[in-house]
Amino acid sequence: MRSDFVFVGILVVVATLLPVVGLGVARLIRPKKPNPVKLSTYECGVESIGDAWVQFRAQYYIYALVFVVFDIEAVFLLPWAVAYGQLPLYALVEGVVFILILALALAYAWRKGALRWS
Amino acid sequence: MDATVSWLINLIPQMTEPVARLIVDLVYAGALAFVAPVVVVVAFTYMERKVIARIQDRVGPNRAGPFGLLQGLADAVKMLTKEDITPQDADRIVYNLAPALAVIGVILVYAVLPVAPGVIGADLNVGVLYVVAVGGIGTMAILMAGWSSNNKYALLSAFRVVAQLISYEIPMIIALLIVVLAAGSMQMGEIIAAQDVPFLFTLPLAFIIFLMATIAEIGRSPFDLLEAESEIVAGFHVEYSGMKFAFFFIGEYMHLFVGAGIATTLFLGGWRGPFLGEVISEASILGVLLGFVYFLIKTVFIVFLMIWIRGTLPRFRIDHLLDFGWKFLVPVGLLGLIAVALVLKLPFLSSSGLMWIGLLVANILVIVVSLAAVSMAARRSRSVALRGVVGADR
Repeated sequence: MRSDFVFVGILVVVATLLPVVGLGVARLIRPKKPNPVKLSTYECGVESIGDAWVQFRAQYYIYALVFVVFDIEAVFLLPWAVAYGQLPLYALVEGVVFILILALALAYAWRKGALRWS
Repeated sequence: MDATVSWLINLIPQMTEPVARLIVDLVYAGALAFVAPVVVVVAFTYMERKVIARIQDRVGPNRAGPFGLLQGLADAVKMLTKEDITPQDADRIVYNLAPALAVIGVILVYAVLPVAPGVIGADLNVGVLYVVAVGGIGTMAILMAGWSSNNKYALLSAFRVVAQLISYEIPMIIALLIVVLAAGSMQMGEIIAAQDVPFLFTLPLAFIIFLMATIAEIGRSPFDLLEAESEIVAGFHVEYSGMKFAFFFIGEYMHLFVGAGIATTLFLGGWRGPFLGEVISEASILGVLLGFVYFLIKTVFIVFLMIWIRGTLPRFRIDHLLDFGWKFLVPVGLLGLIAVALVLKLPFLSSSGLMWIGLLVANILVIVVSLAAVSMAARRSRSVALRGVVGADR
């Protein structure tokens, strides 16, 4: 019996061919007439000043941090959910306690203003 | 799939089982990677244009071919023959990799989509988790595209994408958790088998959350901040043209279909339907075809729902969008999770066949309570705002 993931591996290889073939065909039949204006950064016709690789606001970073907390929660809760039918009643209590701790974390982040877009 | 393998072995006696399986896998992978994108994109761009046109009291495409049916083909030819422009300041490697990743990431999700009885690429025992995990590749591709373009609009869009997509992944995971809890498995086949009553009727809360989170993950209106045309031109793909733009486009429509397909599988009973399994065997060719038809009908209905939502609602503002995700969907989802877990352990329900009524009541209760809480909070914040307008003389 081979693993189910063999198909996923096959699909990765075959799916990679799609962009390769698509871009390859396009390369053969498309025109190529570059000029400096065409290759400049598009900003609605206004000449761009400086490049876009700047330091960006930290607001997004805080959302990402809260996200990590909840993503790990999912990893812990999914096995719990799968086995839930076979577990005795204490699974309910433990699950609820775990979810409440998470809700507390969300409430804390909310209270601290991490979820406020300013 | 197993039936096809044994048919192939019977056809050519010298063939061994692994070889036959490899051939079937290759053919199916080829169908998913090359046939599905063409069919899905042509069919759903046409459907979307026609439906949106009807909603906006227009006719829609009607020039290319009868009823404009060849419009998708015309677009494909246009995309293929357009010049490809790579901006001078762009980071070339990342810039060229992004569209490829966008489309590969979506095709990979199709591996766990059961389209008919027995027809599924890989019925992984972690199917649901796989959907979420592979879905993350698309987010990365969009971030790569936005960053490497070295364009301020694209960069703004890329950062919005990160904020939006990670915010809506949480409600999505919670909705999936509720489904897994009720089905007792993460395997797509077993989730379908658990739906004697479709989860749409037992877990409507999870379905609504999942649908909204899916629309946000695909980045469609009203959550289309990442390519808000009126603010940041075209968002992350503003610098892309020709075939590279086409791959983002293909990725988006493939994602639309697979999102609706996953919703069908998890909430509408997938390929299950009347007569199938009772009158017509699931193993027969007719049964497989009938299952496929049921799957298509349900999926197209959900796609239609998404197009309808797009035609009806205006775009959200980013702070409203994030607030809606974090301060409404996540708490409501957690509440729903606790409620479902509680009902599943009620002793007198599990012994009788009335479990689904209990789940339905719990779900509706959570919906009513959360809507009441929101309307109360809204009334309070409005009255505070009104007091500010009326001023100090009161």
